[in-house]
Order: sequence, then C-alpha cells, then structure tokens
Amino acid sequence: MTAALETRNLVKRFGGFTATNDVTLSVRQGARHALIGPNGAGKTTLINLLTGVLAPNSGQILLGGEEISRLPTHARVGRGLSRTFQINQLFGDFTPLDSMMLAIGERQGHGGMAWRPLSRDRAVADEAAALLKRFRLADAMGVATTLLPYGKQRLLEIALAIAAKPKVLLLDEPAAGVPEEERHEVLSLVRELPADVTVVLIEHDMDLVFSFADRISVLAQGALFAEGTVAEISKDPQVKAIYLGEDA
Amino acid sequence: MSDKALSASETASGLLKRAGRWQIWEIALWLIAIAMIFVLPSKMLILTEITILALFAVSLDLILGYAGIVSLGHTAFFGLGAYVAGIFARDYVSEPVTGLLVAGAVSGLFGFVTSFLVLRGSDLTRLMTTFGVAMLLAELANQAAWLTGGADGLSGVMITPILGLFEFDLWGRNGYIYALVVLMVLTFIARRIVNSPYGLSLKAIKRNPVRAAMLGISPTRRIVVVYTIAAVYAGIAGALLTQTTSFVSPDVLAFHRSADVLLVLVIGGTGYLYGGIFGAIIFTVLRDWLSVITPQYWMFWIGLILIIIVMVGRERITRWQAFLPGSARAERLKARKAAEDVR
Repeated sequence: MTAALETRNLVKRFGGFTATNDVTLSVRQGARHALIGPNGAGKTTLINLLTGVLAPNSGQILLGGEEISRLPTHARVGRGLSRTFQINQLFGDFTPLDSMMLAIGERQGHGGMAWRPLSRDRAVADEAAALLKRFRLADAMGVATTLLPYGKQRLLEIALAIAAKPKVLLLDEPAAGVPEEERHEVLSLVRELPADVTVVLIEHDMDLVFSFADRISVLAQGALFAEGTVAEISKDPQVKAIYLGEDA
Repeated sequence: MSDKALSASETASGLLKRAGRWQIWEIALWLIAIAMIFVLPSKMLILTEITILALFAVSLDLILGYAGIVSLGHTAFFGLGAYVAGIFARDYVSEPVTGLLVAGAVSGLFGFVTSFLVLRGSDLTRLMTTFGVAMLLAELANQAAWLTGGADGLSGVMITPILGLFEFDLWGRNGYIYALVVLMVLTFIARRIVNSPYGLSLKAIKRNPVRAAMLGISPTRRIVVVYTIAAVYAGIAGALLTQTTSFVSPDVLAFHRSADVLLVLVIGGTGYLYGGIFGAIIFTVLRDWLSVITPQYWMFWIGLILIIIVMVGRERITRWQAFLPGSARAERLKARKAAEDVR
C-alpha cells in the first residue's frame, strides 16, 4: 500500500547549518503518527518543507505516491495536504463563519466566483454551519475571530484545516497555549477526527503523544533519530536520554 | 443565546444575508448625490470633479483596501484612460460611452500586463514599481507630442452627445449626471464583487497570506484579476475627466494625482468601498475651501490634516458612518456582546 506521506532523503540547509538532515520518513494511510524531538530538532523546518513554505536542497516529498516536492503550497493543499499552525493563523476580523465559508468555498473551487453573493452559496453555507457546529463554534459564528477566547480560536484553527478535507493533516501542537479548562475540548475533537484522515502530530506534550499516536518518529539535530511504536519509543533508553530525560 | 432555537445553518444564512444587505447610509448617500442635480445646480463642475475622484479612489480601494497592494502610481491607469478617451474621440468616435468602454479596456489591458510586477515583493517594492510605471507613462506622453500634444496637452477633443441623446451643457449638468451614473454602476459592480466568494478570498489574502495559501488559495490569479479590474475603473475615471472637460492635460499622469488619491483613501478609510467616495467629498471640499481662504498655503493645511488623521488613527475619526444604525460597527458591538455571552 502506498504511504499517505513519504519523504526521501530530504535535506534542507540554511548556510552551513543543516536543519533537515537526510530525513526518510513514511506515514501509512490512516495513521496517527507523532513527530517529536527537542527544541531545535528541526520539526518546524520539516513541516515547512512538507507544506511547501520552504524548498528542500535535495530529496523528495510524496503525497499518496505523487511527488509534490516542487509544488507551491496551495497546489499541495489541493492534493489533500493540510495543516494547523502552532501559533494561530487566522483572519483577525473575519467571523468563524466568514473563515469557514472561505475554506469550504475554496475547496469547492468557488473562490473565483466574483458575481455570486456569498449569501447565495447555500451549499457552502450549510456545510460551514455543520462544521462550525461540530467544532462547537456555532454560537460564536458571527463574532469577530479576535474577540473569541483562545480555546475557541484554537478550535477554529483546526476546523479550517479540516474544512479542506485533507487526506493528510499535519497538527502542529494543537493544544499549545490553550488554557487547561478548554484543553479537553480541543483534544477530544482531535481524537474524533475521521479514521481515514492520516494525522501527523507534532507535539511536546508526551501524555498527549502516548495517548494519541500509534507510531512515533523522533527527530534530533535535523535527522531522524528513532522510529517505532509507542511502546518501543517509550522504552528506548537513548530517546529517553535525548528527549524524555530532558523533559522529566 | 436567543438563537439557540435556530439551527446553525439558518443562523449562518441569516448572518450572510445581513452582511450583504444595503445599508441606510448607502442609500442615503446615493439619494443625496442625485438630489444635488436640483439642489446645487451652480456647483455641477466641482460635483463632477468629486465624482471622478471618487471613482478613481474606489479603484485604488479595490487593490489597496481589499487585496492589500499599495500603489504610488495609480494615476498611470487614470492618465492612460484620459489620453485614450481623448485620442479616440479626436480620431475615431466622439460618442462618449463608446470612448469610456475603449478607455477602460485599454487601461485594463495595461493593468493586466503590469499586474505581474506587483505580484511579489514587499510594500516598498510595490510602491517603487507602481511609481516607476506611472513615471514611464508620463514621460512617454510628454515625448509623443504627435499623438498626445506633449506638454501642451491634448486639445480639440470634441465630444458629441451621450449615446447621441444628451449633450454636455455649459453648466455641466449632464456631465455630472453622466459621471454619477458611471460611478453608481461601477460601485454597484464593485460591491457585488467584494461580497462574493472571490471578494472574500481577496480579503483573506490581505489579512493572512500564509493561511490563505494553506486553504488552497493561489494569490496570483486573484491579484491579477483585481488589479485589472481596478485599472479598468481608473481608466474610466480618467476618460470621464477627458469627456467632461474636452481636454487632456499631461497633469493626468502627474505624481500628485497618485498621491492625492492615496490621501483620499487615508481620509475616507479603506476596505469598505465607500471610503473613496467619502474621502473624495471631504478632500475636494477641503481643498476648495482652503485654497480660497489661503490660496498660497493650502497645501500646508492639507499636510497638517494628513498628519493628524494618521496620528489620531483613521479608525476613530473616519468611521463615523459606522456608528449609524444597521452598520458594520453596530453589528460588531452586538457581536462583542454575543462574544461575552459565549465566554
């Protein structure tokens, strides 16, 4: 079976510094794959390479077997790759409804329609409303994003990524910065993601990683340091030394 | 919340309908503009000037307020439209509506070609590129005296009655009506565009290009389209100036016009389409008034007002229309209360 997401010998250098060092990674369809590593391990660079924000120096990225290494970000999204950001990337004064209309409209190719009023895009509006409801944002759909509590903004961040109906979803620390009392809501929605969506989770919180992931890759100094099941990684003394040890 | 009983999709559809609805102040503005024909028959010329500047500013607002593209050379399109309308009327067809369409098309084509220069780069690069394009055109118009009349301008432009029916009169009455109809039609079209899925995507690109790309939006085509539309609008505004004055001065490509229209938007506010219209009214009236009381120093006062506006914050002093009932501001206040309920 073709891997949902694959990298082959991926290298990214910034001057003399190698941020991504020969990373070969394979994520199977439907996986809950965690990517962990200490600060500076190259997690963010890897995400940026996967999404096309950065271009690799060498190596390949394959999405469902198709090479996407040279495609711009929006084309990768069109092929089923989506992500959330560690720090919310939202549209300030847009309401959640606006944002969702945008995300769903774009997926359906309505973004070029300049003559149809948004209010007449009923199918998109219905889908937007349903998704907002699922993400517990229905009551707040008409409120400017910046006025929402952080936990709600975080939900919107994830909902926007889901609206693109991704095959592969990269979750960059989904619960980061969310106050304790709202955390549960965010995490339960992450757990409820449809099983056919392949999820790559970038996370610092080991409890979350161990409870959520079925496979873990450990990055250290830009290279893939270890990979295995949750049980294997949690017992690996070397991983403990470089990562878990520090954290404890 | 009260609308708990409503289904989410009904709430959504209600909110979307409300967002695109005509506001009372919008309708009032157009009614007042029409009433001016009868109320101030002696002021038709300055009202025409305001209308043309308003259209020019609406054009800039499309790229600045919606797509977030700054321009210091927007008069390139205005001037091109003015010259095309003049030359077209002199050498081919003197009927103005035809001239308007031709000027808009030529200017739009030029906008399409030059849009590729503003796709990438920072605000500073865009400022300089647009500035450079306008300078190039100004120099071309100056040198090609055989076509444009050079520094003397293009005179002898005869404009025949509009659609063969309405003659431009000495008092400028039909000229004003003509310009106003064009402004209304083009503003309605722009209004429709900004309230469409395409308009939403433009706003998204301006607000957060990173996230917009991550939703699958390719900014290139969206920006090319809006830049082209804006160029058509500016070209038509320029053509209106030619047709209502029967003259094209090299001044239509001068730098101060690009700066003025930017100033108009600073005064009126960007991103809600009417900023250009309110700005044009305030700017023109102010300039007229200042140049009467201090003929030599009016630029000083304009400068001072500009600084005050920027320092005090445009939001606070120019969004006055937003306090009217049913306006975006009132909606936002309501929304803020709703947000507190959610919390």
